[in-house]
Amino acid sequence: MSSTTVTKEAGLATKATRSTPSRTPGTMKDGRRRSWVSILGMLALCVLWTLPTLGLLVTSFRSRIDAASTGWWTILFNPGNAGWTTDNYRRVFEGTDLGSGFVNSLVVAIPATVIPIMFAAFAAYAFTFMEFRGKDFLFVGIVAVMVIPIQVAFQPMLNLLGPRGLDISQEFFAVWLLHTGFGMPLAIYVLRNYMATLPKTIIESAKMDGATHYQTFWRLIVPMSVPALAAFAILQFLWVWNDFLIAKLFLGSGGNATVIVELQSLLGTQGLGRELLTAGAFVSMVLPMVVFFALQRFFVRGLTSGAVKG
Amino acid sequence: MTTAVEDPGAPAPGSAPDSGVVHGRASARKIGGGLVGMVVTGYVMYTVFMSFSILPEVYFDSAVLIGVVAVVVGVGGAAVLFYFLNMLVEGLPQRASLGLIPYAYLLPGLGFISLMLIYPALQTINFSFADQDSESYVGLENYKTIFGSEAFRSAIFNNLLWLMIVPAVTVALGTIVAVLADRLSTRGESVSKSVIFLPMAISFVGASAIWGLVYDFSIGDEQVGLLNAIWTTLGGEAQTWLSIETAKLNSILLMVILIWLQVGFAMILLSSAIKGVPEDTIEAARIDGASEWQIFWQVLIPQMKGTIITVFITVLILVLKVFDIVYVLTNGRDNTDVIANLFFKELFARGNAGVASAIVVILLLAVTPVLIYQVRHFRQEEMNR
Repeated sequence: MSSTTVTKEAGLATKATRSTPSRTPGTMKDGRRRSWVSILGMLALCVLWTLPTLGLLVTSFRSRIDAASTGWWTILFNPGNAGWTTDNYRRVFEGTDLGSGFVNSLVVAIPATVIPIMFAAFAAYAFTFMEFRGKDFLFVGIVAVMVIPIQVAFQPMLNLLGPRGLDISQEFFAVWLLHTGFGMPLAIYVLRNYMATLPKTIIESAKMDGATHYQTFWRLIVPMSVPALAAFAILQFLWVWNDFLIAKLFLGSGGNATVIVELQSLLGTQGLGRELLTAGAFVSMVLPMVVFFALQRFFVRGLTSGAVKG
Repeated sequence: MTTAVEDPGAPAPGSAPDSGVVHGRASARKIGGGLVGMVVTGYVMYTVFMSFSILPEVYFDSAVLIGVVAVVVGVGGAAVLFYFLNMLVEGLPQRASLGLIPYAYLLPGLGFISLMLIYPALQTINFSFADQDSESYVGLENYKTIFGSEAFRSAIFNNLLWLMIVPAVTVALGTIVAVLADRLSTRGESVSKSVIFLPMAISFVGASAIWGLVYDFSIGDEQVGLLNAIWTTLGGEAQTWLSIETAKLNSILLMVILIWLQVGFAMILLSSAIKGVPEDTIEAARIDGASEWQIFWQVLIPQMKGTIITVFITVLILVLKVFDIVYVLTNGRDNTDVIANLFFKELFARGNAGVASAIVVILLLAVTPVLIYQVRHFRQEEMNR
C-alpha cells in the first residue's frame, strides 16, 4: 500500500551492528540488556500460536478411537506408548480424492502464478520507463481497483465462463484466467514500485546501444527485478493454493477440485471418516509451509511492498 | 525519465535508434508474422485446453500429464503470444510503433483487469436491479428484499462487529509482538517471528480445521477439544462453543481464527516500521527521563502511524470479505452469518443473481471510502517520491 516501503527490507532480524560484543550475564551478544519480560511474553505468545497447529499434527497421527477418547496433549507425556499411526495418511490418499486434489492444486497454482507475473511485468515496465497519454489516470485506476472485492466478479463471470457463455467453467483454464485477473492489479503495483527504484541510467544506456524495449525488458529489467518478481510469485502462489471461493465456484467438486475444496468436503463429514480430516488438512498445508519456510525472506518483502488484495 | 516518445527537449533527438524499427517504415513481414503468430498461438492454446475435457484419453486419462501439458502450454503460450504482439507493434511505421508500444505492453494486464474486475463490477451493479436470472429489471426490489430480511441485518451487524474487533486487535497484537521481538536476541527474534508468522501460509479452510479441533465438543466425560478440556478442568461444563450466541461468543471465537492468521502479517510490517524509527529519537527521550511506557506511546507509536494505518486498512478489507471461516465452521448458523457468506448462499444455493448482486453492491459501497483513501494516500506518496 505504501510505495515507500518497497525498498525497506523488513528482514527477519539484523541488528548485530548495534553494539559491542562484551558479554556479561544479563546482556545479549550485541550488548543490549536481556529483557526477561520480553522473553517470557514472547514465549507465551509463541506457545499460544503453535498449540492449535500442533494439536492437528498430533491428532493426524492417532487412530480414530484414540483421538476420540483422549485429548491429543495426553500422549505428549507418554510419547513412547501412544500408538502413533500413519494410517490416516494412507487412507486419505487411498480413500479420498485428496491426492488428485493436490495435483489439481499444483496445476491451478503454477500457471496462475507465472502468467500474471509475465503480463504484469510488461505493464509495470510501461508504467515505469515509458511516457504515454493517460499514464497517471491508468495507474491511479489500478490503485483503486486493488481494493475491489473479488465477489463482484462472480455472477458476471459465471455467466461468461459458464454454460451460458464460453462453457469453460469447471476447467483449469477458467480459474487461471480469474486468478490472473484478480492478481493483476497488485502485481502491476508491486512490480512498478520496485522498478521505479532501479537506476534510470542503465535503461538510458541500453537505449543508446540500440536495444529495443523488448530486449531491454528481457535482458535488463527482468533479471534486475527478480526479488520483486519472486516476492509477488510467492504471495500469489499462496493465495491461489489456499483459495477456496474461486476454486469452489469455478472448478467445483468434480475431478478438477483443488485440495482445499476436497478438504472442505472432508470437513463436512461427521462420525466415521472424521479422523481423516486432520491428515487431510495437513496434506493441504505441507506445500505452502515448505514454500513459506524456504522463501520467507522474499515473502516478507512481498508483504512489505504493499500487499492489499481485493 | 526515459521516454519512448521522443522528448523534444532531449539532447540530440533521434541520435539513438529507439526501437528495432530503424527504417521508420512499416514492415509488412513483421505485421503479418505478428498477426498470424498471435492467431495460431491462440488457436493452439484453445484447442489444447479444450482437448483436456473432450479427449482425456489422448493424455491416457492422467491428471498429472494433463497438468504438465497445461502448465507448459499455458505459460509458454502466454509468452509466445506476447512475442508476436511485440512483433506486430514493432512492424508498424515508427511513429505509430513508438506511440503504441506502451499500450501494447499494457494491453494484456489492463485487459485482464477490465475483463475480470471492471466489467463484472459494472455488470453486477446492473444485475442488482434485475430479477434472479438477470432477465428483466425489477427496480429496487432486490434492495428492498435484503434490507427487509432479518438475516441480512444480522449479517451486517456481525460484519460491523468483525470490523470493530478484528483489525484493532490484530494491529494491537501485531504491535506487541513486534515490540517484544525487537528486544530479543537476533536468533530469538527470528525464530519467534517465524512462529507467529507461520499461519500466514495456512488456508482459511485449513485454519478452520485446526480451530474446529480446538473448539471440539465431545459427548461424554473426556473432552478432546483443547478449549473444552481447559474449561472443564477449571470447573466449567463442556460447551458446544460455536453455538453459543450469548454476547456473540460464537462470532468472537470465529474472529479469533482470523486474528490468529493475520497477526503475523501485522507484526512483519510493524516490525519493519519499528526498525525504521531512528535510534537517536529514542535515546533523546531516554535522556530526558521518559519511561519505557512513555517512549512507546509518545516516540515509537507516532513514528509508526503510517504503517499502523496501512496494516489496519489491509486487515479491514480482508474482514469485509471474510467468508471461508464462517462458511466452513458454521455456515451462518446461530447468528454468525456475514455478508460474504450470505452472498454465497444466494448465489450458489439459491441461484438468485439479483439478490446476490445487490449484496455485493453493498459490499462495494462499503469499500468505497477505503478506495478513496487509498488513492489519496497514493497521490501523496507519489508527490514525496
